[in-house]
Amino acid sequence: MTGKILQAQLLELIRRTSSRLPDDVVRVIEKSWRKEQKDSNAKYALKVILDNIAMARENSLPLCQDTGTIICYADLPVWLDEPGFRKAYEQAVLQATKVGYLRQNSVDSLTGKNSGTNLGPGSPVFHLQQTKSRTLTVRTILKGGGCENVGAQYSLPDARLGAGRDLAGVRKCILDAIMQAQGKGCGPGILGVCIGSDRSSGYVASKEEFLRALDDANEHPALAKLEKQIVADANRLGIGPMGFGGATTLLGCKITHRNRLPASYFVSISYMCWAYRRDGFQLSEAGKIIRWLY
Amino acid sequence: MLLEAPFTEAKIRALKVGEMVEITGLIYTGRDAVHKYLYDGGKPPIDLTDSIIYHCGPVVVREKDRWVVKAAGPTTSAREEPYQGPLMERFKIRGVIGKGGMGPKTLAACAKVGAVYLHAIGGAAQVLAERVTAVEGVHLFEEFGSPEAIWEFRVERFPVVVTMDSHGRSLHDEVLRASQAALARLG
Repeated sequence: MTGKILQAQLLELIRRTSSRLPDDVVRVIEKSWRKEQKDSNAKYALKVILDNIAMARENSLPLCQDTGTIICYADLPVWLDEPGFRKAYEQAVLQATKVGYLRQNSVDSLTGKNSGTNLGPGSPVFHLQQTKSRTLTVRTILKGGGCENVGAQYSLPDARLGAGRDLAGVRKCILDAIMQAQGKGCGPGILGVCIGSDRSSGYVASKEEFLRALDDANEHPALAKLEKQIVADANRLGIGPMGFGGATTLLGCKITHRNRLPASYFVSISYMCWAYRRDGFQLSEAGKIIRWLY
Repeated sequence: MLLEAPFTEAKIRALKVGEMVEITGLIYTGRDAVHKYLYDGGKPPIDLTDSIIYHCGPVVVREKDRWVVKAAGPTTSAREEPYQGPLMERFKIRGVIGKGGMGPKTLAACAKVGAVYLHAIGGAAQVLAERVTAVEGVHLFEEFGSPEAIWEFRVERFPVVVTMDSHGRSLHDEVLRASQAALARLG
């Protein structure tokens, strides 16, 4: 496949990610909307959200004007070199910004100047690895700033929370993060959590959990149970959509674990807003889309 | 319920926390740069008496001879907390639209001036852009750039929820306290 074909397919991936919420997410929002009390602020907020999802999909326009941090995950087959892939993805980002699928969203941290292109040091964010498969797999997440601001990392034991180094302690950290966030992360939200690892890798792993479909099951029984419990507990807090109050505070919770040092026990929590933009595809060597992943 | 311009003190004082309101009339966008500019003594390019300010950095494009709004969701209001109360008092601003709510200084100013905080649905950029029926002007565009400029938006049935009213109530404070009690019960 030529760089041009790859770039065009990646542009289509970005367009779809920005304008189309995955079906598994829409289904959970619809279910939540049905559950909320008639004439409540919560039901009203979810109705506006569902209308917005439909409009963005129909008109191919960004779901939210904050098109977020652009995070690219790719499994590169032997026929594709890493610099070549990066260049094609960056060109696709540039084009997507020009045509309005992405907002000009990348600011120099020292000068405050917006690059206007979404390109710059650390933008977009790449997580690339090699694969023995002949197929190229690319996933993209767009994560808005409001929800990124309410992410949190805990180091256990935590005296304030009375949280020890076990799953009961992990649960306390996660519920505390939800309490701190209230409606500020544009809830109802979805949590990605990593238990263990070091500080930076823990956050990376917590965000990778957003690649899972909302209706999948964690293969680890204890974590599967904890995920369900967190969602049930969170939805008893009454924070509700946008923090208006209501039965829907969390749409999902995905938890993974990594080994840790004996001295460390981190719980890294990433919060995703309801505008949970995630998409991905598999491409053949000829540049054909084999299938969409969500 | 419908809230139609002019946004008089009497109409605003009648609004209560938790009410779902649709706004029809002219509103002005303003975010970080505008708030700091006005707070530092900058002259407002429009009359802010009985106005509604929208915390929004919209995506607006020029199509032939007119401006078209492509996305217009709210931005986080908390950043304007140091400025909002004093500006409400100085200019008799009657309402602020944003997301995430604001703090005690703004709540006190709402009571004193007769103003409200109106929460729009965060992320709903398309639904909200559709309710902007015309762009009637833009100010401080050269100085602050497009997202930070003051845009005059003619809106029709723009959906918001009153989350801070002029009677000292804040839905954000109430939900926080209720959720803390619920957490304590969960253990």
